[in-house]
Order: sequence, then structure tokens, then C-alpha cells
Amino acid sequence: MSAFARLRYRFVRDALLPAALAFKGGRRKSRPPDPLFGPPLKSTADLRRIMARHYALARHAKGAMPVAWVTSGAPVELLRAFGFYTVYPENHSALCGARKLGPEISAEAEARGYSQDLCSYARVDLGHAFSGRTPVGSLPAPDLLFCTNNICQTVLYWFKALSREHGIPLILLDTPYLHGGRDETPAFAYVEGQLRGAVTDLERFARKDFDEKRFLQVLESSRRASQLWGGVLETLRRRPAPMTIFDAFVHLMPIVSLRGLPVCERYYEGLLAELRDRVERGVAAVPGERHRLLWDNIAIWFALGPLARLFAEHGAVPVVATYTHAWAETAHQMDLQDPFGALARTYGGIFLNRDLAHRRAFLETLAREYAVDGAVLHSARSCKPYSIGQYDLKQSLMDVPGIPSVVLEADMTDHRVWSEAQARTRLEAFFEALEGQTIRNSSGPVNA
Amino acid sequence: MDLYAGVDVGSLTAKAVILGEDGSRLGESLVRTSPDFAESARRALGEALSSAGSPGAEPRATVGTGYGRASVPGAARSVTEITCHARGAAELVEGVRLVVDVGGQDSKAIRVGPGGRVEDFAMNDKCAAGTGRFLSAMAETLHTGIEGLGPAGLRSRRDVVLSSTCTVFAESEVISLLAGGEKADDVAHAVHLAMARRLAGLVRLVGAQEPAAFTGGGALNGDLVRCLESVLGLAFTVPEKPQLAGALGAALIARESGPR
Repeated sequence: MSAFARLRYRFVRDALLPAALAFKGGRRKSRPPDPLFGPPLKSTADLRRIMARHYALARHAKGAMPVAWVTSGAPVELLRAFGFYTVYPENHSALCGARKLGPEISAEAEARGYSQDLCSYARVDLGHAFSGRTPVGSLPAPDLLFCTNNICQTVLYWFKALSREHGIPLILLDTPYLHGGRDETPAFAYVEGQLRGAVTDLERFARKDFDEKRFLQVLESSRRASQLWGGVLETLRRRPAPMTIFDAFVHLMPIVSLRGLPVCERYYEGLLAELRDRVERGVAAVPGERHRLLWDNIAIWFALGPLARLFAEHGAVPVVATYTHAWAETAHQMDLQDPFGALARTYGGIFLNRDLAHRRAFLETLAREYAVDGAVLHSARSCKPYSIGQYDLKQSLMDVPGIPSVVLEADMTDHRVWSEAQARTRLEAFFEALEGQTIRNSSGPVNA
Repeated sequence: MDLYAGVDVGSLTAKAVILGEDGSRLGESLVRTSPDFAESARRALGEALSSAGSPGAEPRATVGTGYGRASVPGAARSVTEITCHARGAAELVEGVRLVVDVGGQDSKAIRVGPGGRVEDFAMNDKCAAGTGRFLSAMAETLHTGIEGLGPAGLRSRRDVVLSSTCTVFAESEVISLLAGGEKADDVAHAVHLAMARRLAGLVRLVGAQEPAAFTGGGALNGDLVRCLESVLGLAFTVPEKPQLAGALGAALIARESGPR
């Protein structure tokens, strides 16, 4: 790490970027109001600035501080305590998907023999690693990789490939899959042991001692941010919902990529205040809210806008998602008295690392708490662990709470497996069935 | 007298049904779809009105359905083919609980509740396997013509196994079977059995139950119907002119809901 790079980083962070972002933020044109939707969230402008700053700063982090690429379920609090700049390949892949660049960038990985059946987040990320292609200018090359297999097993092989490509070390936190009805203490003890081992590895890598005080500060910030995010999601229990889950998918970015940093807490304090104000004034995200829906699985990033419109046209409002709840459901376990045990339980116990019975109970709880009338289960073609078992979930939602659902076949970033017409037919038929009648006014202009 | 029209613009054919005020079926049509969906819809509607003895009449309400549902001229509403097939089948088969529809572009299984309401449905994924397109491709390879495929399968005397339902792979598999000396009739039956197994998968997702109806162009293939019945152990009723079930459902909805 060089002193010059550190100076440059501080100059960019404290002087150049604030000025540049203020200038850019002020120039953004406001769109005319859309009658299908309520007023746009004011916090979105802040979100854009924060994320633009995150990716812009990343370019100057190289050399100024160690850079780590990490999975979404990694205990980032440890890395932050050592002063790492962290980059989330999954978040970057989602961004590429939203810009409709998924197939183009993943083709770079496919050309090197990575099958189209592999996770599209992995393909986009490896495609970026091989070609440097990205819509954010550039990402800093990693000095270290940190992978936790609590979300899937693919991340291990994906990060091994990155490790080979960059010739750098990989730290793995292995989180055993949790089957219900068994004592979880040994599994969490095993994870906790690895976390303590990771501290030793990080001390050696960063060439500095572990700063426990700093670690506890980061952990507290992370806990607060997760609680705030939980509070944000809870406002969607209100009828009408002050924002939709499609909005939440976008506002999720800081809790994924920036948790443990003060900026993340500040952002969600602002968003929560705005949403509470909306609830108080009865401001609806979709003024014609008729059907409240649950969403399962990752967002379909490339079709977020068209889907939001299609849902709104039918008064259908997704108000809760298993995906967005993943960053709120374990926040209460961040116990500062037992920080390593807390990290082990928080990251080892997320719902994707638990069996189908747990997922079913989780889905039913969310459905009840958010008073939903139906569910949309996104079967992501290239995310097998999240999509497997959805027909069983569909059946149990129908059997117990009597909630109808539809399975939507798509992918998070690869739009080659997406058929807009087929998706529209499935969703419209589902909305027609929800109406409980067989008719509906077509909202578009009728050809004459 | 007021007329009500349902127009179903599918990927291969456009269908229309005309109902009178009392719900009686007065006219119908079935034409090939051209690349211009609006023109196809207009042609189907025009022919159906002529067959109802009211050429050039203006229906009091029209409902569009099928992939081209948004392109039906003068339609007050568009309703998905899933809802329309369920509604049409409920009119044709009393107390129907399950509808299997095999169209040109997709196939679906629908669980139907009282009054023809959709309770649940499942469709083929983004692939031609299990659709009318699959049957067309097989008929071409076997030189039977689409109308001849069913009768060929019914003549089969020998069990042949076709493992693939992927249209591309099945085609090469069919060619290998023929090259290996298998009879076209036996291969046709194998094609239907492979497709029936795939359709059975959709049916099981919504629940196999009777009374069951088979609609869409695929229902005209007697061997396919027989294969599905044997795979599922269910009896299917095939209504007269099963391709018109969607247009009939759309016309019934037009009559119930009136003009916009």
C-alpha cells in the first residue's frame, strides 16, 4: 500500500467526489408524473449518489487499502475492521443485468468453457474478470477473496476460479447446511472456530493486529443498518403500501454492499423517515392497490421496470419478498457480548442455508404478516438452490393459508431465457384468477 | 339482435365464435394466422359473422384472446387464453375440473372451479416441446401431414421408445429410428407417448382430476389423447371443434360483461 495512493484516495473521497456528485445530482431531470404510480421516492436521488460514490471510490482504492471481493453472505464486519475496501461481485452482476448486459458479458465466460447452465451472476462476474467489461467504468482488482457458502455451493467454485485468474488467496467460511430438528450448536461452533481462524489469516495478510474495538463498532453499525432495513420493509405491511418490493429491490443495494459503514445507516434512516411520512399521509406506491403479493427469489433485474408497470396496471402490488428479508431476518442475533458467536449465527443461519420446511414456514409467516392475497414465485433458471422446491412451496401456500401463486420462469440477469409474451400471459391469467372473475378492462389503447 | 364475439388469435390459427343474445352459438370461423395479427383477427371475425348470417354486422361486445389478444380490432377487452379456455371448456363439458389445451405455441393444464373459474394452471416453458409446433415438426419428418399423424399412431402395433421431447433432438432421433428400420406408424405413436408424458407433468402440477377436457388443435390427434389418458389414467372429453374453446370462452365473457 502506498502513501501516495492513500492521499489520492482521501482527496477523491473528501473533495473531488462530493463536488462531482453534487453537480451531477443537481442536473438530473425530473420525469413527468406517471398516473399508474404514486410520487417517486425522494431517497432515490441519495441512493444514486451513494452507489455512484461507492463504485467511483472503488477505482481509487487500489493501492490505498487492501481490496477484497466478497460474496453477499460474507461476514464483512471482519474485513471492515481491517480497513478493506469491499466489492460485491453479485451486486455488480445485478447491475450488469439491470443494464441488460448480462448475456454480452457472460458470453466472455461462456467462450472460455463456462456452461450456460451455471449461475448467471457467476458467468457475468467471470466474464468481467476475463474481459474487464463493466458498465461502471472499472472495478479494482482484488487483493483477497472472501467466500461464504451460506447462499449456495457455486460461490466456492466461482471464487476459486477468480483466485486462479488473479493469483491471489481465497478465504472460505464454510457454513454447514442446517436441517431442521437437529441441534445446531455444533454447526455454529464450527463456523465460529473458522471466524477466529480467519482473523489470524487476515492479520497476516493485512500485516496489522486485529482491532477488536473497531470490529465492535462495525458490528453495531451493521446491526443497526439491518434493523433499519427491517423497519423499511415493515412499512409495506400498511395498506396502501408506501413502496413496492420492486422499489425495495433497488433500495436493497446499500444493505448488501455497504453494511457496517456509517453511510448505510444514514441512508436507511432517511428512507425509513420518508416511508413513515408516506404511511402517515396515506401515500400509495400504486394508487389502485387491489392485490397484495409475495415475491420469492432474486429480482429479474433486466425486466424490473416493465414488470412494475404490468403489476401496477392490474392493481397488483408486491409487498414482501423472501429475498429482501434475507438482510433483515437475522439482525437481532448480532449480540455485541458474544461477537463471534453472533456472526456465526447470523451468517450461518440465513434462510437459504436452511431446509425446505424452514423456507415453507418462513414464506407462510411473511404471507400472514403482510396480508398477501397471492404469491409470484420467480423460478430463476440459473439459480438452482433458490428455485428448487418452489412447486412444493406453491402447493403448501395453497393448502394451508389458501394463497394462490404462479411460477414465473426467468433469470436474474440472463435475458436469453426470458420471453416477455409468455411471462405476460402467465401473470395476466394469474391476475384474472385473483380478480375472482373472468373479465378485466384492457388498459392499453385498442387497435382500430 | 345483439351479437357477441370472441376472437382467439393464436400463433398458427385465428378463431372466432359469435353468440346471440340468448347465448346460442350462431357462427364460427377458423383461419390461418398471417404475420399481421390485426388483419387475421379481422378476417376471422368477418368469416364468423358471415357464417352467423350477419355479414358486416357490428357485435355489441368483442373480447380478444390468444397471443394476439391486444390486436383484435374493436375489442372492448382482452382476456388471456387460460381464462378463456377454462370458461369455454366449462360450457362444453359439464362440471369440468381439468382442461388440457395444446395449441401451436404452448400447452397448458388448467384446474377449473365452479363456473369455469381458473383455480390454478401450469404451462410449458420457453421451448417448443409439448406444443403443436412439436407435432408439426414430427409430422413433417414422418411425411404424414399434421392430420395424418394421429391416425398413423393409432395404427401402431409395436412399442418404440423416443427419449427426447426437445423438438430438435427428437427430430434427429426420429430420423435414426426410421433409418434403423422402424415403421413410421410406430414412431408416430412413440412421438405421442413422449409428448403425453410431458403433458402429464403439467397436469400433475395442478392436480389430475375428472371430468377432464382436452382442447386446442392438439385434441384433434386421437392417438395423443389416447396416450395422455393411458399415462394419467383419466378419461378426457374432446369437444366438437376443440380449437374453438378459447374463442367460445371469450364470446361468453363478452356476453356476460357487455361493451366497455
